[in-house]
Amino acid sequence: MTHAKEETVFDQSTVDKAQAIIARYPQSRSALLPMLHLVQSVEGYVSQEGIRFCAGQLDLTEAEVSAVATFYTMYKRRPCGEHLVSVCTNTLCAALGGDDIYATLKSHLGVGHEETAGEPGTPGSITLEHAECLAACDLGPVLQVNYEFYDNQTPDKALQLVKALQNGERPAPTRGAPLTDFKQAELQLAGFFEGRDADLDGPSAAPETLRGAKIAQERGWDAPAVPSNVEFPPIPEKK
Amino acid sequence: MTIAPDKSTELVVPEGHVKLVIDGVEVVAPKGELLIRTAERLGTVIPRFCDHPLLEPAGACRQCLVEVEMGGRPMPKPQASCTMTVADGMVVKTQLTSPVADKAQQGVMELLLINHPLDCPICDKGGECPLQNQAIAHGRADSRFHEHKRTFPKPINISTQVLLDRERCVLCQRCTRFSAQIAGDPFIELLERGAQQQIGVAAEKPFQSYFSGNTIQICPVGALTSAQYRFRARPFDLVSTPSVCEHCSSGCAERTDWRRGKVQRKLAGDDPQVNEEWICDKGRFAFRYATADDRITRPLVRDEETGELRESSWTEALQVAAAGLTAARDANGVGVLTGGRLTVEDAYAYSKFARIALRTNDIDFRARPHSAEELEFLSSTTVFTNPDNGVTFQGIEKAPAALLVAFEPEEEAPIVFLRLRKAARKGTTKVFHLGQFTTPAVEKTFGTLLACVPGAEASALNALPEHASDVVELLSKPGAVILVGERAAEIPGAFTAVAKLAERTGAQVAWIPRRAGERGALAVGAVPNLLPGGRHVTNTAARTEVERTWGVEEGSLPATPGRDTNGILEAIVNGQLSGLVVGGVDPYDLPDPALAEKALSEAKFIVSLELRPSAVTAKANVVLPIAPAVEKSGSYLNWEGRRREFGTTLEGTGALPDCRVLDTLAVEMDADLFTQTPAASAADLARLGEGAPSGSSLNVAPPLTGPAGAGKAVLATWHRLIGNGSLQVDEPYLAGTARPVVAKVAEATAQQFGLKSGGYVTVSTDRGAITLPVETDDLPEGVIWLPTNSGDVTVRATLGAGHGSIVSVSGGKS
Amino acid sequence: MVDPLTPVLTKRWTEPRSWTIETYERTGGYTALPKALKAHPDQLIQQCKDSGLRGRGGAGFPTGMKWGFIPQGDGKPHYLVINADEGEPGTCKDIPLMMADPHSLIEGVIITSYAIRANFAAIYVRGEVLHCIRRLNAAVREAYAKGYLGKDILGSGFDLDVVVHAGAGAYICGEETALLDSLEGRRGQPRLKPPFPATSGLYASPTVVNNVETIASVPFIVNGGADWFREMGRDRSPGPKIFSLSGHVTNPGQYEAPMGTTLRQLLDLAGGMKDGIPLKFWTPGGSSTPLFTADHLDVPLDFEGAAEAGSMLGTTAIQIFNETVSVPWAVLKWTEFYKHESCGKCTPCREGTYWLVQILQRMVRGEGTASDIDTLLDVCDNILGRSFCALGDGAVSPITSGIKYFKDEFLALCDQNSKVLAGANA
Repeated sequence: MTHAKEETVFDQSTVDKAQAIIARYPQSRSALLPMLHLVQSVEGYVSQEGIRFCAGQLDLTEAEVSAVATFYTMYKRRPCGEHLVSVCTNTLCAALGGDDIYATLKSHLGVGHEETAGEPGTPGSITLEHAECLAACDLGPVLQVNYEFYDNQTPDKALQLVKALQNGERPAPTRGAPLTDFKQAELQLAGFFEGRDADLDGPSAAPETLRGAKIAQERGWDAPAVPSNVEFPPIPEKK
Repeated sequence: MTIAPDKSTELVVPEGHVKLVIDGVEVVAPKGELLIRTAERLGTVIPRFCDHPLLEPAGACRQCLVEVEMGGRPMPKPQASCTMTVADGMVVKTQLTSPVADKAQQGVMELLLINHPLDCPICDKGGECPLQNQAIAHGRADSRFHEHKRTFPKPINISTQVLLDRERCVLCQRCTRFSAQIAGDPFIELLERGAQQQIGVAAEKPFQSYFSGNTIQICPVGALTSAQYRFRARPFDLVSTPSVCEHCSSGCAERTDWRRGKVQRKLAGDDPQVNEEWICDKGRFAFRYATADDRITRPLVRDEETGELRESSWTEALQVAAAGLTAARDANGVGVLTGGRLTVEDAYAYSKFARIALRTNDIDFRARPHSAEELEFLSSTTVFTNPDNGVTFQGIEKAPAALLVAFEPEEEAPIVFLRLRKAARKGTTKVFHLGQFTTPAVEKTFGTLLACVPGAEASALNALPEHASDVVELLSKPGAVILVGERAAEIPGAFTAVAKLAERTGAQVAWIPRRAGERGALAVGAVPNLLPGGRHVTNTAARTEVERTWGVEEGSLPATPGRDTNGILEAIVNGQLSGLVVGGVDPYDLPDPALAEKALSEAKFIVSLELRPSAVTAKANVVLPIAPAVEKSGSYLNWEGRRREFGTTLEGTGALPDCRVLDTLAVEMDADLFTQTPAASAADLARLGEGAPSGSSLNVAPPLTGPAGAGKAVLATWHRLIGNGSLQVDEPYLAGTARPVVAKVAEATAQQFGLKSGGYVTVSTDRGAITLPVETDDLPEGVIWLPTNSGDVTVRATLGAGHGSIVSVSGGKS
Repeated sequence: MVDPLTPVLTKRWTEPRSWTIETYERTGGYTALPKALKAHPDQLIQQCKDSGLRGRGGAGFPTGMKWGFIPQGDGKPHYLVINADEGEPGTCKDIPLMMADPHSLIEGVIITSYAIRANFAAIYVRGEVLHCIRRLNAAVREAYAKGYLGKDILGSGFDLDVVVHAGAGAYICGEETALLDSLEGRRGQPRLKPPFPATSGLYASPTVVNNVETIASVPFIVNGGADWFREMGRDRSPGPKIFSLSGHVTNPGQYEAPMGTTLRQLLDLAGGMKDGIPLKFWTPGGSSTPLFTADHLDVPLDFEGAAEAGSMLGTTAIQIFNETVSVPWAVLKWTEFYKHESCGKCTPCREGTYWLVQILQRMVRGEGTASDIDTLLDVCDNILGRSFCALGDGAVSPITSGIKYFKDEFLALCDQNSKVLAGANA
């Protein structure tokens, strides 16, 4: 059904992107999660209008979209800062200093979980959150800025990083692409990477990641040699 | 194995069944049955919250855990008996025999209660609350929880009618599952996650569903309550009486709960053949019309001097009425308009009253647009169908295809809609809607819209073999059905085309009127051409049969078909009739309200049998108060032709059913109806039995339709479930859940008339004009849709128009 | 005797620009695919069964058997879904794999899809790992460009489309049915089983859901054969495995060693405990696997070994904690995690974690009593095996194992409390 067209922050290019997301999947509803990332790339959070936009694109009710948007922690209910700083405070990172890092940033920024220092969206504004395990435990304590990894952090290093962000600098992540901002990160999470091929070259494998492989290399250890003529087993008979 | 299967040889296991042991008792169960139901059949009630027999299993609350052994091996974890199906050789131990199951259930109960406010003393559900009951039966006596309970601001309105106390909610999701699965209205959803998870609606998007009240009824705690009933009564102070819904032609089983002579609420009754366990919100919430402040409780007689109605004694009123009617009858005659909301017993009294007291066939129940073609169809086909030989709710569920002609199931017979959706959702039934745009019902029945211009439905039907052979093919499969709605009467040729299609395909046809009393009125002969039992008035043998049973003189019954509703009104205006007897008729529901107003003004004598003041009582010479459904017994014949009998809910109010009033009135006119009570009326009717069908002579060709002309459009219109109906007065919370009142046009039509979606449109005829907001939708070009009678939009009263009328369209106020 | 470290999946990671298709092909990548496409799909399923490969996502279900459950000739589309929602605390193997060598996963995806007759595959990656998502997307584009994806792959007549799908922050989506609901654009809440994904998975069609490490192993098995794979590891848990060492260890990192390697051996390789502070407790495979202590250094880390010692192999995410760490505190942190990540669907997990966190918070604040320990254990008992999915079971593991090995530490918190109370009364 068509409804009254309303003034919207979601322009034709966003509609085109939404349609492109839908086209990726056998069934349109699968596009909802990436589309909510797309909404965040436009607005810096999921607004009611964003919910209405997704509902309209996917022929869902706004309640159905709200149900999904409120389930996932990456969808923010309030406008985010230019940068989103996520500090892992799960047990292992916390034991290694993650709790201290979070406390330091909290006190420096004067905000709590999912709160923003500075006017959301303006340069140097920062939304702080404590995050659950970020799957980089061997590099802990870790934090992320716009979902790029800053490994082996200390309260001091984290504080310098955040201060730099507030000053408009964009210190390179330990692993990941040159830093952009929260909205650009969300656009990429929605699956749009146009013109950003160079991002791929950002560092990935930390020294820790390669430790086992390097030791094996040094010591000449390896998996057993692969035999030359490997045959497939015969086609099993149907039971 | 816990149980030595000594007696295993004794139990016979029929095909498609399995044998298992529950708490040491061997039991045979149909394959696929859920353990919780098998146990219930054995008399063991396993506690549960999320489980509901008509919803898909969820296994969410974990209250119904039992121990299960398969092939001699105990399953490592307790199993949810609401999701596990029976299997041969299974050994099940419920809380009765398993300490593990008992502890698991107590554990879950304790967890459910840690965040429950335990505010039972002020909760509507207290006294009938599954949580309260099961906590007492299966819970711990004390709580070990000494921490902070979760709280929410309470309560929130998720619609004008439904309120949500989130802290009482146990998140069983019955409400969201009902809305998504049964109603197809996913406007309430789970929001948030984990311990913060809650039921809710989207911002500024209320829970707008015609079925929302069911969620209140199936809520196993007091989380969902209705604005109408909240804080009004305690369940243990209420008297419950089984009843039947008086609104649409579905005939839903209901339970009416009342206290001190006043209905407090209505609940859905459980009738698998009809409404299963659901009713619509109109059926649930629209009952306060019967206690409206302006209810007429004393007979009224128009004072000759003042010209005003004044209260009178029954004796006086009946004498004045009898004298006036006798005089009018003996002048040019009296016509009878019964309205479509009578019980079978009351309608029969009107039918008999017309024939033997007024000596006329000028009687018609159709207080809405009607046609001779419709009458021919109803009297040749519909009147002889019943659940044994015709379409039924359960038949719809098995139909390979259902073609809906000029029928809006969700608006006109919501429970039919639920069956269609259920059938379509299972994938058994393909639903086709011959209508004007993709209504929510088309989407929710996964249906296909066969769109046509209003009035062109008959041509569209005739063209099906040519343009939609797949539809014809599906309709030719055994069990296929065609469902025809009330607005078919506004479409020349529609019934002829339906009959032809049915003949061609073998599909069965059901006529589904909008009002509860129409099908019964047809059966008892409250129509110009039929006597009770489908006997044609022109059939001498049939007449004689009725005359003998009624004990009236042979040859005394009028032998020519009478006038229909329009004919009666015209005859009054033309002076060919002198008087009127009118039941519950709203003149503004009639195809030509101006004609009705004129007839009411010009009739020499009018007797009105009414509940509340109306345009008819305003002109009546005598007004005789009658009982609303809740204060009388009787039955409705639902659209299936199924008799839906109900007893008196509120006894001793002194209100009299129509049949009693007419019986007494007839006595004053020297005629005996033998309808002193509904039971007597029913017995008298039963003695008549059914007549024999005669052939049909349906042969109305579809009209040629051309373009509507410059500035004009063809009007499509039908009633919405929740609108201005007279049985919905005094229900502000219900009214708040009505669908928005908007006009609909195609995008191209909007452009043609310079309309902006979201702007306004003015629709007019020579009678008047209506301005309302307009939206674009997938209508055929040159068509505009309006709700017939919603809010400020009163199509018949203001425009004197109907479905298929040509109307003028222009841009409205901006 | 095989070497202590057996780099298979991790070997290519040391290559410069390891993530590119050039590097991948130069180092033997996409050589298994043409062989696989020439085989009958059932031969691939059989080979996988023969290899004994077991799921690397934690549960260890035999992969070939899972593939074999997909009904063939059913006329429905089949789907392969890669569970890359790595979020179990301590687990950090799949993200580095996909960042360093995304093509090994993609080649595995193509071969597996061919084996189960799927023409659409989705890689569901948790959303918080942008660089990984970027690399995967690029790798998919490269594979399309080279004709490894798309229509008529390498002239085999086999078609496959792959989409990289970013999640949005929900640990529960690592549960395969929750993942499927999430991939369908819904709340990531687990589904009722049966029906199992093998018959009614994505879009109610037959679906295989496999972990990243599992599927990335497939090209190597095709090239090396089942017997080669079985040369590593133990009989019922064959193959190499990426062990992720984190925490108070000198050299944390990824160590790919045969299944059955012990923590003592791994600690040796990783330079021992950091700063020489002794080991106190560790998780063998993420926080959902019951804790081990220094007494378990010689437990062979494979599915059977870990289970026999009272825990689970899980994701071989070995989080190592030294004597400076309070067990009740660590347990509280983990419990807070489970409370935060509980999806809310079922009562025991939703309400139970809510309650457990409050008790533990009170105890860690020094306001507990000895009876709280009984309550903790009983609430855990009412969650374990009573929840809808395994998240609830995982949530109680740290508590029950923590109390099992370190009850004194919990009691000490209460002692302190009673002393305070006694002092207050005096």
